Amino acid sequence: MGSLFRSEEMTLCQLFLQSEAAYACVSELGELGLVQFRDLNPDVNAFQRKFVNEVRRCDEMERKLRYLEKEIKKDGIPMLDTGESPEAPQPREMIDLEATFEKLENELREVNQNAEALKRNFLELTELKHILRKTQVFFDESVPTIYKSTSHSSKYRRYLQMADNQNEDEQAQLLGEEGVRASQPGQNLKLGFVAGVILREKLPAFERMLWRACRGNVFLRQAMIESPLEDPTNGDQVYKSVFIIFFQGDQLKSRVKKICEGFRATLYPCPEAPADRREMAMGVMTRIEDLNTVLGQTQDHRHRVLVAAAKNLKNWFVKVRKIKAIYHTLNLFNLDVTQKCLIAECWVPLLDIETIQLALRRGTERSGSSVPPILNRMQTFENPPTYNRTNKFTKAFQALIDAYGVANYREMNPAPYTIITFPFLFAIMFGDLGHGAIMALFGLWMIRKEKGLAAQKTDNEIWNIFFGGRYIIFLMGVFSMYTGMIYNDIFSKSLNIFGSHWHLSYNKSTVMDNKELQLNPGTSDYEGTPYPFGMDPIWQIAGANKIIFHNAYKMKISIIFGVIHMTFGVIMSWHNHTYFRNRLSLVYEFIPQLLFLLLLFSYMVLLMFIKWNRYAATNPMPYSESCAPSILITFIDMVLFNKPKDPPEGCKVYMFSGQGFFQSLFVLLAICCIPVMLLGKPIKIMQARKLANEEVQPITGATSDAEVGGVSNGSASHGGGGDQHDEEEISEIFIHQGIHTIEYVLGSVSHTASYLRLWALSLAHAQLADVLWTMVLSTGLKQEGWLGGIMLTIVFAFWAILTIGILVLMEGLSAFLHTLRLHWVEFQSKFYMGQGYAFQPFAFDAIIENGSASSGEAD
Amino acid sequence: MKICGPKLSLCGLIISVWGIVQLVLMGLFFYIHSVALIEDLPLEEEYHSLELFYSAANAAYSQNAYNCWIAACIYVVTLLFSAQQFYMNSRVTAN
Repeated sequence: MGSLFRSEEMTLCQLFLQSEAAYACVSELGELGLVQFRDLNPDVNAFQRKFVNEVRRCDEMERKLRYLEKEIKKDGIPMLDTGESPEAPQPREMIDLEATFEKLENELREVNQNAEALKRNFLELTELKHILRKTQVFFDESVPTIYKSTSHSSKYRRYLQMADNQNEDEQAQLLGEEGVRASQPGQNLKLGFVAGVILREKLPAFERMLWRACRGNVFLRQAMIESPLEDPTNGDQVYKSVFIIFFQGDQLKSRVKKICEGFRATLYPCPEAPADRREMAMGVMTRIEDLNTVLGQTQDHRHRVLVAAAKNLKNWFVKVRKIKAIYHTLNLFNLDVTQKCLIAECWVPLLDIETIQLALRRGTERSGSSVPPILNRMQTFENPPTYNRTNKFTKAFQALIDAYGVANYREMNPAPYTIITFPFLFAIMFGDLGHGAIMALFGLWMIRKEKGLAAQKTDNEIWNIFFGGRYIIFLMGVFSMYTGMIYNDIFSKSLNIFGSHWHLSYNKSTVMDNKELQLNPGTSDYEGTPYPFGMDPIWQIAGANKIIFHNAYKMKISIIFGVIHMTFGVIMSWHNHTYFRNRLSLVYEFIPQLLFLLLLFSYMVLLMFIKWNRYAATNPMPYSESCAPSILITFIDMVLFNKPKDPPEGCKVYMFSGQGFFQSLFVLLAICCIPVMLLGKPIKIMQARKLANEEVQPITGATSDAEVGGVSNGSASHGGGGDQHDEEEISEIFIHQGIHTIEYVLGSVSHTASYLRLWALSLAHAQLADVLWTMVLSTGLKQEGWLGGIMLTIVFAFWAILTIGILVLMEGLSAFLHTLRLHWVEFQSKFYMGQGYAFQPFAFDAIIENGSASSGEAD
Repeated sequence: MKICGPKLSLCGLIISVWGIVQLVLMGLFFYIHSVALIEDLPLEEEYHSLELFYSAANAAYSQNAYNCWIAACIYVVTLLFSAQQFYMNSRVTAN
């Protein structure tokens, strides 16, 4: 046990694996996930390693799988995810897998190509269909617009026939009066036209271009195609327009065609005779029908292929990633001279060596090899990685700590204490029964639905953060409910459960005549005993001095909790010093630090309790409420050796006899602690070095037995942690200690003040809740008459949303961040180094979890 | 019939439940003339006699209590509506 309080004991091991058995053994270790391999050939680049070919093949397989996945997602086919993880397949199965993927990919590519060709064909036909339909309209509508003016000469004809009469007729109609007038008898006017389709957004530019290039000698008609068409290359829906251009002469024709080409308009042959057009339209329709059935069949085939692939896709992904991870790991190993054996170095938790041995044996059996693998413990001076075993409950708290810095190896781990202190300090700032209940319910829901929610993995980062911290959220909510009850706040209103212990003793006329009245705790207004639990609800209606009263209380408790929290942090450093046998630090750092904190700040806390205890409104003069001294002023006077101001008449300066003497003594002692902290350790080190004469001796007690680690040292130097500490210069030790001391002394002042944020945020939260109630919900409640019920419904919904959004989410976030800071800075600075590096075991679970991210890093 | 999406119906469901619980309780507190809620009553700044004040306050208390309960009843309706919508949505996704 004790694994929660410190990180696991780790050991560096050497692993000899027979070449044939290596794959199976590494696969077993990957399933286990308790071993961190070290790169034994860091100088070799990725392409010169032994198994680079296999890794490359895996990459290729992964690419194919990703292609399949993309296609499956495009079709919206659900992928079967059983959540089970198949064992890493044997190396020979790789060929089968490769063949399968190759076949699937080719098939899919072919289908896609065919589908694309068909779709292009389909698009062309649809466009042609639209052209035929729209141009028909152009030709039709020209008829009624042109009428004959009877007064003109006989060469004008009357055009009231149907458009499909004759070709010349049409042309004449289109040209209108002007055109016909221009055409001389006998001179056959030949109007040509082209029809096509163009992207709708290009149309204005196209029109302008035509006008300019042809000097207004062409006539353009256009009509929109209402339904969007599918672009076969990328599947986008595009809007297009049909156009028809009339012109005269071949020169204009070639010019128009070039412009069309330039604008990527597709031109379609459109017969001139209406009968031909109709015939063509019929032909197009039947071809579209045919094409539709073919397209449907292609789609069906594609769908079948993809559905079959979707069943196995996740499984395949897991398999391929596992193979790849194994080969990638094998690449880290050293090859024995005889090529028969692979040598690996790995960090292993000491407690798990048995399980690892078992896994290795399983691996050997599976591969059918006769030679068992050898796991050898090694001596090293390197810093082992930090490995904290967590479960789903402690994981989130450990993550909070690790976000600041991973603990040094075997350093005290603040995470277990954080489980209580974090929600508690949060709750001091977030104290409201209602808001706490909302938060706790949300956390509880996430905990109850844990399995289901964990199964549906999402990429929503915010949700993942909430879900990961579900236990923190739940605890924060529950603790906030508790502090809410202490503050007697539920959505800024108070509950009068036990009956207020204050009573009104004024008579009717006094109440009628005065705007504000005071209740005197010295008289029968106050029962003399406090409200049984938390704040007396009377304070909620005390408009004038509610905040003053709350401030005094909240400021004091924040300092009290702050000092306790910091003292606790200093005591944690004692555990560190004793564990690492650091007697010097214990005597010259821990003891003066603790004394300093206790003599100054814990004394201040003590004064608060004395003040609470001794002074009351009912007491006679020297201890009545009017004589109660200000703690802050007392403390400032104490530290600055000021002479306290004369007390009011009948009062005493000090709360207890000898206070002045003790205060001076405490301050002097505390000041004496500073030089001890500053100079004690460096001077001792200096003396020790002098004693040891020229012989250099490490202070921490690690023996410099170079022979023991000699074998591994060559390769060890480029591992994660640095080698043994070199002897520091004595001047550097002094400077370090100076910085450390100044930081501590100034820190304990500023950190104590920093805990006042507990009060400030708690006040802000209470006030904000109050404002929201009076500004929003109250307007709904103050509606007169029966309509108020309906108003109240609407206002309540608005209020509820604001409560969630502002008070629970935003205020909760701000309180969370402040709590985090209090832990990282104020608490952990007292003992926590946080300069270790995390244990990152080779585990398939983690590799598959962040799939491509880690596999991309591999090469 | 489907009007709301899954998120809106869930939101309606939660606010309705919350509204019912809180408004019923608040109605109860108004009904027993809870002093803590006196600032939320539609009262004048000043009254000339105590009796006037009392009668106005009593009337306002009971009126507010009824209003709260009316609002709670409306939330029962929205609860049923949201629940039906939620059910429809979940059935659509299940298919």
